[in-house]
Amino acid sequence: MSQSQLAHAAQTSTQAALPVAAGQVGRLSQALMAMVLGLFVVGMVGFSNIDVVHNAAHDVRHSNAFPCH
Amino acid sequence: MGTFRSIVFASVISGFIVGLVVTLVQQFGTVPLILKAEVFEKAAQTHQHDAPVAAQPAAAGHDHATHDHGDHEHGAGDHEHGAGAWEPRDGFERNAYTAAANILTAIGFALLLAGFFAVRTGATGMSVSWHEGLLWGLAGFAVFTLAPGLGLPPELPGVPAAPLLSRQIWWLAAVLATAGGLAMIAFRRSVPAAMSGVILLTLPHLIGAPELANVETNVPSSLTHQFVTAVTVTSLVFWTLLGGLTSAVFARFDQRA
Repeated sequence: MSQSQLAHAAQTSTQAALPVAAGQVGRLSQALMAMVLGLFVVGMVGFSNIDVVHNAAHDVRHSNAFPCH
Repeated sequence: MGTFRSIVFASVISGFIVGLVVTLVQQFGTVPLILKAEVFEKAAQTHQHDAPVAAQPAAAGHDHATHDHGDHEHGAGDHEHGAGAWEPRDGFERNAYTAAANILTAIGFALLLAGFFAVRTGATGMSVSWHEGLLWGLAGFAVFTLAPGLGLPPELPGVPAAPLLSRQIWWLAAVLATAGGLAMIAFRRSVPAAMSGVILLTLPHLIGAPELANVETNVPSSLTHQFVTAVTVTSLVFWTLLGGLTSAVFARFDQRA
């Protein structure tokens, strides 16, 4: 393989690899963001010590076997 | 933000449906048992009120200190649960809040599942099928219900238990260890990884969940047993439905995005 061919190959592989890698990172961070949001929602409903939240979600906490009072 | 939007849309749709279905299932399973147990709970509280010097100091202390939900049928005059924190009225209002909390819980867990589906789709290049989603749902059932339920069985109102914070910490530890253990077994195909996975799965139970030395309650043990079964079966329905539905809906949104 000549020098120019090598350079060309390297260039195309970078071009091919970079957008995929960037897409993967974006996908991973967005997925992580959604998962943190989900855990926050579950934590509020199931574990918040605020009385009003506890009373509203009382039967659900018992029904999901979350530790409750 | 294509992926994030797909995850959120899929989770809200599936969570809404699963939350409503589970609310319906609970009306026949867990909720009647909770209401029955509250009758015993209130009888015990009235009894303690009539004879404040009666035994059960530990149980009574627990009830007074941290137990503030039991006055669903009492008016403002209930001294047990001072502070007068708002709570839904029995009947429609209480069930409406239960439905809302169920929907929110389902959306929350769906966000978690769909996050995994998005990562899996990115890694394999193929969308997660409803069948694979159902298996993820079963994993959620093992992680969030079976494992913590072994040490801390679902409890009815009126049954005293160890301090709340210690139970919440153990619950969280059991969830994390079980999730980690299952992941080691499922995604690392080597013997040492599988063995560490099994060790992780057993570890929280070797340590043991916090429990009271002696539990005195007038809630019948048959009621407690029925409740454990009802909670576990309801949760199985919740997780399989949530896993299958979320993966199917997410795959549709993700393809269009």
